[in-house]
Amino acid sequence: MHTLDLWSMLFVFMLATFVGFQVIQNVSRLLHTPLMSLTNAISAIAIVGSIIIAGEEKTVLSTVLGAVAVAASMTNIVSGFLITDRMLKMFREKGKPR
Amino acid sequence: MSLVEHLTQATYLAAAALFIFSLRWLSTPKTARQGVAAGVAGMTLAVIGTVLHPEIVSYKWILIALVVGTAIGVPLSWVPLTAVPQRTALSHAFGGLAAGLVGTAKYMLWLQDGELTEFRTFAIVVEVLLGYLTFTGSLMAAGKLQEVLPTRPITYKNQNVINLLLLAVAIASGLYIVARPETWQLFPVVVVLSLLFGVLLILPIGGADMPTVISLLNSYAGLSAVAMGFVLENKVLITAGALDGSSGFILSVIMCKAMNRSFTNVLFGAFGQVAQVQAAAEAKAVKSATPRDVADILENASSVVVIPGYGMAVAQAQHRVRELYDQLSKRGIDCRFAIHPVAGRMPGHMNVLLAEAEVPYTALSEMDDINPDMPQVDVAIVVGANDVVNPAARHDKTSPIFGMPIINADKAKTVIAIKRSMNPGFAGIENELYYGDNCLMAFGDAKAVLGDIVKALSGEGGIH
Repeated sequence: MHTLDLWSMLFVFMLATFVGFQVIQNVSRLLHTPLMSLTNAISAIAIVGSIIIAGEEKTVLSTVLGAVAVAASMTNIVSGFLITDRMLKMFREKGKPR
Repeated sequence: MSLVEHLTQATYLAAAALFIFSLRWLSTPKTARQGVAAGVAGMTLAVIGTVLHPEIVSYKWILIALVVGTAIGVPLSWVPLTAVPQRTALSHAFGGLAAGLVGTAKYMLWLQDGELTEFRTFAIVVEVLLGYLTFTGSLMAAGKLQEVLPTRPITYKNQNVINLLLLAVAIASGLYIVARPETWQLFPVVVVLSLLFGVLLILPIGGADMPTVISLLNSYAGLSAVAMGFVLENKVLITAGALDGSSGFILSVIMCKAMNRSFTNVLFGAFGQVAQVQAAAEAKAVKSATPRDVADILENASSVVVIPGYGMAVAQAQHRVRELYDQLSKRGIDCRFAIHPVAGRMPGHMNVLLAEAEVPYTALSEMDDINPDMPQVDVAIVVGANDVVNPAARHDKTSPIFGMPIINADKAKTVIAIKRSMNPGFAGIENELYYGDNCLMAFGDAKAVLGDIVKALSGEGGIH
């Protein structure tokens, strides 16, 4: 890996952390539980790494580890997005039916 | 770079932008569901971009794993909302597990092909350490929340010294592998010690500290995804992990502030371990009231504030609370809810339960917004909350919760506390609110008592 790649990754990390702080601080306190399940689903983007390891089938062990990681991430994606939406549907203003 | 690779990177770039929008839209309940849609779109794009990857030789295991994940994930999203803290802890565990496994697989593959560099090894060590400790730690937290494990803190002699020593050995072994790649035999040691440390970290933590701990584990899960991004040189992973990590961090800070405690104190303090009940709990007198009395008081009030706590969730009383809200609103009595940041077992827990019971979110107020109004409030009803309304936090320097910001229930003209018995709450601290001149105790199960109050208010008079 080029040194430049390392630095560009560190830049991405730094900038994303700042964006994260700004955006999260603006999240309504009412929605902190859905926030947690949503960020959880989003960080299950780890699935992209696991997919390659499970799909390149280099060794039996790495394929198994990769496949388990894909299943774990997929669980978080599916349950995370579904439950977040289920919770958000319940938040309604006065007088408005669901 | 091939065309396919450009395409893959483009989907990652779009996914990262969509994830940021997703969280931005959570700023108000009005746009929040759009946020979920953006998140799903980003995820779908990134996954499509990935399966195009030329290094993938077979889709068999990927497909099986996707099916298994869906089969577990769908039922997990149906849990009752009182069980959301457990589900959240469980999903942090899955996130940590995925990071740990990918790190392990990458280490073995690169070791075999002689492609390990110092940087790669370092990133893998961080990923594996964070991933596995989040995995077991979150499983422990989920177990405690589900009450399959004892919720009281479990302590032993020199606990903190032993735990920190263990972590130090894990880190030292990890760094040794970085410096001396030929010592790869130490890798399993790092794995096992991380798994063990996760368990030991959560053992001394009690139920009341769960909101902070869940937030902290959320942060670790995010950071382990960041580390995975550095290992795989994948920028969308770094971005999403950083968003998750900063979210968990901010929530932990909010939780700590709401309890006036530090991270170290939460993690190493074993709060509420041996119910520090003053042995000579003087037999102070409390006044009690029947549901009928309470209904009479409420009928003559013009403003009411309900203060819910974890006890409301345990008693499943949120629907009765909504009926009370309906009865009061019908009579033109102003009824609001005061939500303490650490009420419940995770950030925002009470809001979700009340929203489920169809209480409009416009009636939910934060602690800092409602406290200035408390002296003008006619009746404050405490439903299953305890420490968060204990006035001792304001003035009693000897109290373990001294300095914690509280909802000033005691300032209301009348306080009604619905409680099973006079047993002290989770942290085992006496609550002087109950002995105040303006406080009436309505003893019984929160759901039953509230039901009787609602019946009395609606004029059915069917009190059993």
